[in-house]
Amino acid sequence: MPFERILLRNVDVPNSEKIGTYLERGGYQALRKALQEYTPDELIEIVKASKLRGRGGAGFPAGLKWGFMPKGDVTKYVCVNTDEGEPGTFKDRLLVERDPHQVIEGTIIASYAVGAHRAFVYIRGEFFMGVKRWIKAIADAYDHGFLGKNILGSGFDLDLSVHRGAGAYICGEETAMLNSLEGKRGEPRLKPPFPAQVGLYGQPTLVHNVETLANVPHIVLRGPEWYASIGTEQSTGPKIFCISGHVKRRGNYELPLGTPLRKIIFEHAGGMRDDRPLKAVIPGGASTPVLTPEYLDITMDFESLAKAGSMLGTGAIIVLDESTCMVDVARRLTKFFAHESCGRCTPCRVGTQRMLEILNRIEYGQGQEGDIDLLLSLCEGIAGRTFCPMGDAAVNPTLSTIKHFRDEYEYHIKHKRCPAA
Amino acid sequence: MPEKPSRFRDPTKQSMLLTALYIAQEQYGYLSEEAMERTAARLGLTLKDVYSTASFYTMFRTQPLGKYVIQVCEGLSCFLVGGAERLVDYISRKLNIQPGQTTPDGLFTLQTVQCLASCGTSPTLKVNDELYEDMTPDKVDRLLDQLAGR
Repeated sequence: MPFERILLRNVDVPNSEKIGTYLERGGYQALRKALQEYTPDELIEIVKASKLRGRGGAGFPAGLKWGFMPKGDVTKYVCVNTDEGEPGTFKDRLLVERDPHQVIEGTIIASYAVGAHRAFVYIRGEFFMGVKRWIKAIADAYDHGFLGKNILGSGFDLDLSVHRGAGAYICGEETAMLNSLEGKRGEPRLKPPFPAQVGLYGQPTLVHNVETLANVPHIVLRGPEWYASIGTEQSTGPKIFCISGHVKRRGNYELPLGTPLRKIIFEHAGGMRDDRPLKAVIPGGASTPVLTPEYLDITMDFESLAKAGSMLGTGAIIVLDESTCMVDVARRLTKFFAHESCGRCTPCRVGTQRMLEILNRIEYGQGQEGDIDLLLSLCEGIAGRTFCPMGDAAVNPTLSTIKHFRDEYEYHIKHKRCPAA
Repeated sequence: MPEKPSRFRDPTKQSMLLTALYIAQEQYGYLSEEAMERTAARLGLTLKDVYSTASFYTMFRTQPLGKYVIQVCEGLSCFLVGGAERLVDYISRKLNIQPGQTTPDGLFTLQTVQCLASCGTSPTLKVNDELYEDMTPDKVDRLLDQLAGR
């Protein structure tokens, strides 16, 4: 039996972005239930019991994050992270463009649970359609009494507005996003303190990815037991997998966490384009280490991928067939990280540039003896030595391609050419 | 009345900086020094504050660009299906400009950008705020003709 779509249940309905459509399809009932039947603390317990984990890449338990927010009469904020930019990922854009109210409903419930009366949407500057959809949806939510003063007669107030970024991948990192919201350069802050203690304007702040918040109304409406029954023991719920690259049917597929990778590629995405053999898979976006075909039977959840030496990340699966040069893959992804390094710390700013230079010369047949070791030593000098996780992310394409495809690097250096070119 | 810059910046006003820069960029076409100075005055910031932020984000430009800014996605998922530099080269030859350059008539600027989060419908490019998906050379031809009013 096909999996019942939860997060994407509305996206193919005509006018799915409109509040009327959302209401007709049962929207905002979870908000009513949350405000009328539960106290904020009960909601935190519900989300903890659901075992919902963040969908932005790190997989941190959402209920725990909510619980970290201080209680009482402190000014607190909630931020909705729509800064989707991890190469391979295109799920948040879909959610925001086609079903923004689902995310707004989740945001209001989260704000009520943590006692925030002000929430911000931070959206990538490039998502022009998304900006328009957010603004319209928020205005309609105000008109229907879901935002503003005394929401649905509950006495709870919440204001929500949209803040447009201006082109910086790093602003997807939560503390960089807070700086950007404050009108500053989007450079990450040192953690701790974490945003739950010191966030926007120095106040406690809950930051969630769009997809994470989209899960919340369903958890409230159908209960945490139902939610936790989807997926695996520790990776619960549905996940939107974004599939791109050399497959027959690229796109977003909502499936339970723990779905085998093979099934996603060969059943849902229709298998390999032109039926060429599969060479490698990037399982969770550009930051996640590549896997080889031996890992095809892995289940797509946080634990299994960690065990395989990779990460679930954003669930963005990039499929590569045998025609792909793995040095070139590393080079392209490193170019991305070198471009997007915010420049705050030296290992990432300079290290990624040096890596790119070496990868460029290897790819173009000018590699030198010792270049592989030089790359490995650069990776060691970057990972774990930066303010934010981007340093770790930036070395993953190179480290993992050297690990699994070292012979290709050696071929390039020895024969002074790319075998695929 | 423009306010004097203050060492103790109003955090709420500074939060409006990205939005203010978008407005200034639209009015002036790009962020000239004058545009940034006026933005600073309006928000009670220094020119340094404004330049520091403006120079960080790729969508803010400190030079005038063409009427249509074509941004071709360089992402891996675009490359895998025939996009990225193949699309850049095609447009580059067609418009006879290199990435980063503007056509002499001021109509088109060609740029490369990082992932546009449309990897399921790649190759992708943007013209100003509009996203174009599943691009092929044929579609590029038609798009450029249409924009040039041919």
